[in-house]
Amino acid sequence: MSKIVRSAADLLYPFILTFGFYIVVHGHLTAGGGFQGGAVIATGIALMFGANRYKVISQQIRGKMLRTCEAVGLIMFIIIGLCALIDGKSFLYNWLANADWLFGHPVTYGSNTGDLYTAGIIPILNIAIGIEVLGGLSLIILYMLSGVSEE
Amino acid sequence: MRIFVVVMTILVFCGAFAYVSHSAMIRYGDPPYTEMDDYFIRNGQEQTGANNIVTSVVFDYRGFDTLGEASVLFTAVLGVGITLRKGSEWGGKEI
Repeated sequence: MSKIVRSAADLLYPFILTFGFYIVVHGHLTAGGGFQGGAVIATGIALMFGANRYKVISQQIRGKMLRTCEAVGLIMFIIIGLCALIDGKSFLYNWLANADWLFGHPVTYGSNTGDLYTAGIIPILNIAIGIEVLGGLSLIILYMLSGVSEE
Repeated sequence: MRIFVVVMTILVFCGAFAYVSHSAMIRYGDPPYTEMDDYFIRNGQEQTGANNIVTSVVFDYRGFDTLGEASVLFTAVLGVGITLRKGSEWGGKEI
């Protein structure tokens, strides 16, 4: 792509990543969540893939890194779900809610703007799903781009 | 003649299904009362600590379903990776 497109993509890239991370982390307070935020981050990575040459960009955003992201997200989800079994609760029980450590602030009832540090395992699961979705969707784009022949 | 019969059969079936589903449809703006909705609205914030009830349903009450969705995405990417691997018919470079 031309220099103008590359400059615009470079300018937009950090903002898209920040917005996606915001959607992932605020999943338990506002609309959004892991799937949506991960898709937004994957959009930013797709923008970089589209704007730059494959040879250049595949050195910076590596397939191995994205593959690791995907696997780590899913494994993190399952391990957090299994942690509830130690306490004698069922799989994926919210054992951190109102527990007063990691994301355990007591929530104020009724409608309020919310505290980021509440909701127990929900934010952690959101982050795990976000990591998995960003890895998976970018990996699909990378696989498809690797077969495109450049002039 | 055969085309006419096929088209008429499809039309009759579509009409019958549309009529049946129309008579069973819920009126707009008048949802049926369910215990489940009220339970989530009343207890969701207290039990999960999340202000967003949709997230508390998706990641807490129905967490197992979300694990299934994540596995579906994982399997889909696995399928794309196997189909477009290096050395296959449609595959490209090593990534």
